[in-house]
Amino acid sequence: MQLKLEPRGFQSKFWSYASPVLAIALTIATMAVIFLVLGKDPVISLYTFLIEPLVAENGATELLVKASPLILMGVGISLAYRANVWDIGAEGEFTIGALFGGGIGLAFPDLPFALLFPLMLIAGMIGGMLWAMLVALLRTQFNANEILTSLMLTYIAQLILIYMVTGPWRDPQGFGFPQTAMFSANATNPTIIEGTRLHLGIFFALAAAAAGWLLLTRSLLGFQLRVQGFAPRAARFAGYKETRLVWTALALTGGLAGIAGTLEVSGPIGQLTPQISPGYGYTAIIVAFLGRLHPIGVVFAALLLGLSYLGGEAAQIELALPSAVTGIFQGVLLFYLLGCDTLILYRLRLRSSRPAALRA
Amino acid sequence: MTDTPLLKLTGIVKQFPGCLANDHVDLTVMPGEIHALLGENGAGKSTLVKIIYGVLRPDEGEILWQGEAVSIANPNHARKLGIGMVFQHFSLFEALTVAENIALGLSDPKDREGLRERIVEISTNYGLPLDPDRAVHDLSVGERQRIEIVRCLLQSPKLLIMDEPTSVLTPQEVEKLFETLRRLASEGCSILYISHKLEEIRALCEKATIMRLGRVVAHCDPRESSAKQLAELMIGTELKPSSAMRAGAIDGPPRLEVTRLTLVSDHQFGTSLREISFSVRGGEILGIGGIAGNGQTELMDALSGEVYSGKPQTILIDGVPAGHMGPSQRRTIGASFVPEERNGHGAVSAMTLSENAFLSGHIRHSLARLGLIDHGKTVEFAQEVIRVFDVRTVGPKAEARALSGGNLQKFVIGREVLQNPKVLVVSQPTWGVDAGAAAAIHQAIIELANEGAAVVLISQDLDEIFALCDNIAVIAGGRLSAPKAVSATSVSEIGILMGGISDPVGDSHAA
Repeated sequence: MQLKLEPRGFQSKFWSYASPVLAIALTIATMAVIFLVLGKDPVISLYTFLIEPLVAENGATELLVKASPLILMGVGISLAYRANVWDIGAEGEFTIGALFGGGIGLAFPDLPFALLFPLMLIAGMIGGMLWAMLVALLRTQFNANEILTSLMLTYIAQLILIYMVTGPWRDPQGFGFPQTAMFSANATNPTIIEGTRLHLGIFFALAAAAAGWLLLTRSLLGFQLRVQGFAPRAARFAGYKETRLVWTALALTGGLAGIAGTLEVSGPIGQLTPQISPGYGYTAIIVAFLGRLHPIGVVFAALLLGLSYLGGEAAQIELALPSAVTGIFQGVLLFYLLGCDTLILYRLRLRSSRPAALRA
Repeated sequence: MTDTPLLKLTGIVKQFPGCLANDHVDLTVMPGEIHALLGENGAGKSTLVKIIYGVLRPDEGEILWQGEAVSIANPNHARKLGIGMVFQHFSLFEALTVAENIALGLSDPKDREGLRERIVEISTNYGLPLDPDRAVHDLSVGERQRIEIVRCLLQSPKLLIMDEPTSVLTPQEVEKLFETLRRLASEGCSILYISHKLEEIRALCEKATIMRLGRVVAHCDPRESSAKQLAELMIGTELKPSSAMRAGAIDGPPRLEVTRLTLVSDHQFGTSLREISFSVRGGEILGIGGIAGNGQTELMDALSGEVYSGKPQTILIDGVPAGHMGPSQRRTIGASFVPEERNGHGAVSAMTLSENAFLSGHIRHSLARLGLIDHGKTVEFAQEVIRVFDVRTVGPKAEARALSGGNLQKFVIGREVLQNPKVLVVSQPTWGVDAGAAAAIHQAIIELANEGAAVVLISQDLDEIFALCDNIAVIAGGRLSAPKAVSATSVSEIGILMGGISDPVGDSHAA
């Protein structure tokens, strides 16, 4: 007897939705084993990691705070991936967006909020777009693989951020810490609910998901992106220009990541520091895949991955585990997801090693 | 000895997901026999020969080779038994020489000694002239096929399987190939010849096994059957004569004019187009014949606008300079296109039929407004195509890949024809399509021309061109011969042009 993968010859609708569920279940089981090996009670550990953050005070709003940037970036990434534009540099676009938006906030702290905050968001969006468009330029002009260029640009973005906060933009009253001054009240992303950190970002995130859904399912542009991803030759046959779609896809990803960056630094963080993101840009890639590259799916996936950040913090405090637990959870999840996605195109069969009739 | 069949298959069954490709198939091939395996696309011929050649394994059934039961594990095993196969698609490295390509296919390194001499010997013996030191990319398709045949003959096979060998050859090359095959058969090598070209089978084969939908439906002697009888056995219904007739005179204005179209291919092994000129009037069907790989793909891309064709004046669509336009703009001014490849070019396999209707139909049918897709109108258009062209499907929500080749092709052709184009360019419209669908497609093309459209039909099937077209031109090496009236030319004349011997434009006069 052997286990065999057999091509289905078509995409299974059932497994394209069931695969993330199975992957999550397998991930939780694996986490239990990991906790056990680390000498912790798996039930208590899982409770601490996955449930406690939700029932804790402000748990729900904290989850939304974490999920907001993931949704914003996950939506952009989903749209780009649909068109086979594999931008894995949302982290860098997030960083440059934060620098552009934050820079406006620092430069004009006294402008009225109604003028300053939109300006910051627009600047952040432009920053993220410009960074992503470098990738588009390299791909369309020099045929450079965007997976490599977007990843490398992320490191450059990070170094620019460090340079700015330790050099030109360092807070003179900051006791030499590598950080800028706090944003003025007018440059701050306001909280929605008193006493929590929940900020305007969640509205932007939900709006982005809704707009992304509309774009993908109802608009000509979304159709073009999908055709480009499914069959580039058919896209050319239809008259869609590949370069234009690459630029558009990257502009969308970069713009949304830039907005996410600005919202994050002007909100929960309140200043520019070298650590403005716990890897949101990378996690958003997992979010996009887990959400089936669909803007609505991304919302749910972002909630789960957002929870992994809260769980990591809780595990650190209560179980004395390193915060790397978050990364392990995310990595294991992506691993299982990619594995389970095989079932969309293949079915598992148990069969005897040789057809009986041939043994004669 | 002659009473023992060389190869005897009994009750072969092969199941693929969603398709029973071989359903208890029996086949007997005697030594020295040229045996035809006849059937439409999808009848299960290829599956069966892949089982014989060890590429696939049967789920059930027995294979007797020279009277002994065998289980053919892989093609290597098949070659050791003495089975050789020439595939429809060659597996050759373009950058290597003939001898290098053949050496790569040999499993035993000892065989490489004196290989060049043996290639020359075999190729001259069997009338298959080949220079072992030429690089493959310089060779014509016919010469490439010779490499594959010589590669098989080096192993002195007892059975040679040929899968649709003539689809890439000129009529003259076909004759030569047949001589070689007859010679091999007279020396005792059996030949299993797969084709759906009836006249060829009648000319070459002495026995035929006819397959339909995975089953053997008949055995016959093709020399004693008419092509019509064979076709009816193959399709399973009576052939109806085509109902569409060409309308009288072609007196419309020129609707498509191409002037000195020259395009350098940016693919290493692509074909550059050189000084192509022709014009097609309303009501006219111009056939462009030629062997695959002589610039058909490049010409199609240039006419559809997928590749820009330089100066605007190079291509006039209904009098409007269009050389600089992309496909969408050309559609706006009245052109429609059906590329050769359905899957992933003319249609997107993973998308629904209504999405595929939108793909090229949204411009002339205004299926999008303010950048948003009008779903209602799109579904309506898809339904219209499905209804008018009798596309067998569950409806507009079916994914394109769920359709059979013939049905998807009817959908693609219907989508373009129902846009009422003034110019229609189609490439290989009935390639890999069952006879019923092919007849429907031919009829649609004729009706469109009768209504006053100019049609360009690029096809490797000369029968199709002669049946449908008013005028015919041949593309060879990226050059197009001067169009001639079909009534004023013959298959053999066209065959010579396909070989690229004649050079009607330019150089020869200048010299």
